[in-house]
Amino acid sequence: MKTKSADFLKKLYVTLIFIFLYAPIVTLVVLSFNSSKTRAKWGGFTTKWYFSLFKNDQIMNALYTTIIIAILSSLIATILGTIASIAINSMNRKLRSIYMGVTNIPMLNADIVTGISLMLLFIACSVRFGFGTVLISHITFNIPYVILSVMPKLKQTNVSTYEAALDLGATPLFAFFKVVFPDIFPGVLSGFMLAFTMSLDDFIITHFNKGPGFDTLSTKIYTEVKKGIKPEMYALSTIIFVSVFVLLILVNSLPDKTKEDNKNK
Amino acid sequence: MKNKKNLLAAPYTIWAAGFILIPLVLVLYYAFTTKSGSFTIDNITAITSSTNIKALGLSVLLSLISTVICLILAYPLAMILASSGVNQSSFMVFIFILPMWMNFLLRTLAWQTLLEKTGVINSILKSLNLPALNIINTPYAIILGMVYNFLPFMVLPIYNSLIKIDINVINAAHDLGANNVQTLSRVIFPLSLPGVISGITMVFVPALTTFVISDLLGGAKILLIGNVIEQEFKQANNWHTGSGLSFVLMIFIVISIFITNKYDKEGGSII
Repeated sequence: MKTKSADFLKKLYVTLIFIFLYAPIVTLVVLSFNSSKTRAKWGGFTTKWYFSLFKNDQIMNALYTTIIIAILSSLIATILGTIASIAINSMNRKLRSIYMGVTNIPMLNADIVTGISLMLLFIACSVRFGFGTVLISHITFNIPYVILSVMPKLKQTNVSTYEAALDLGATPLFAFFKVVFPDIFPGVLSGFMLAFTMSLDDFIITHFNKGPGFDTLSTKIYTEVKKGIKPEMYALSTIIFVSVFVLLILVNSLPDKTKEDNKNK
Repeated sequence: MKNKKNLLAAPYTIWAAGFILIPLVLVLYYAFTTKSGSFTIDNITAITSSTNIKALGLSVLLSLISTVICLILAYPLAMILASSGVNQSSFMVFIFILPMWMNFLLRTLAWQTLLEKTGVINSILKSLNLPALNIINTPYAIILGMVYNFLPFMVLPIYNSLIKIDINVINAAHDLGANNVQTLSRVIFPLSLPGVISGITMVFVPALTTFVISDLLGGAKILLIGNVIEQEFKQANNWHTGSGLSFVLMIFIVISIFITNKYDKEGGSII
């Protein structure tokens, strides 16, 4: 009896937190079907924003920029970060702790300070603010996520297998991709996914490093806050959210199947 | 072989020096110079002006409260999730990473809709004949926004440190006569401390330095230190004072990291 009520309390608690986390998201989804233009009033059900969205050049441009920046920055950060992890992993203790300390700076430092410091750098080098500056700043804050995901996997790998491959005549590059890479792949992938998510959701660092007329979705929304958010924005974020939701369900159901297949074999 | 490995470190060394270290040196340079380039500490002492010190004090207060609330909410949740044992990692991703794909500004803005005088929550309260909740544009709404946005950063590291605890250690504590409370306070909590500590930094630092949450939920009337710095850079174009204030902020961050690192021996376990 006692465990039953404890079970109920646990479920209730998790449900309440779940409601807290998802209430704003449900609100946004509901707003995307609101035919009234203001947030404050419910004007009846409509799907018109989902159609006018694709005709809104400003939003579509911002979406395009956001996705390109997210893909490029997380890809470059993944490559740079994985190479860096391999190098850091083979360093001696002292050097490694220095490198990990520097890697932790963008993670632990406030976004606003990271954003400002990069902005001052670009001003000092008189670089024009725009695509390049945003891309560089996103790569910079993405690399630590990759390194911190790949390092634990690298520590688990056995260096002897790599050396064995070399002894058997494999070139270092071939040995790396055949022997080491499959072992660290889950870390690389989760680093990439984290980097992609962070880049997509970033506002503060982009805010300081974008030029006039250059917008990602976040900065576009921020300028719209004062004038009133266009309902198309709710429609767009609902589409993004639902597609990621479906994608995650698919991805999560796949590995289970392959495991079962392996068992059957 | 050794040289080749050093060559691998080169790209990241250059990147980290150019885009992490040099920019921070630039902040220091601007913080300690005037527009004409001579040395000054006026930019640092600007923090003592009445608006700035008020903003800093409020930031510290609100971020401390939010961190404590996050910890109180997150610890039981992490314990429940860690003991549930069902296909956890993907479930955790579902609950906590998924909301991040809905833009952070929009999510925070949605709280406006929920909290407004005639908003969703008040309509529900009204239909239940309960008193209305008037917290929009107050510091309470900012705390709510902070807790909402940063709760995942508290739950994930605590959860990660809890699932690492060997079940045999807990069983041993029970066998040796400890009751549930004693096991929690003497065994489980101390073992989860690295997660708790890194959770505290992951919540405290962004809460201390935010300017967006106060902008969206504080009705632009409540200034936090983040707002002051943002305005120095974006509106007043006064990079020197802005850098000076950022430097003060960095001191706070370094202190908080220093305190937490003293307890955290395993290092960041957010991932």
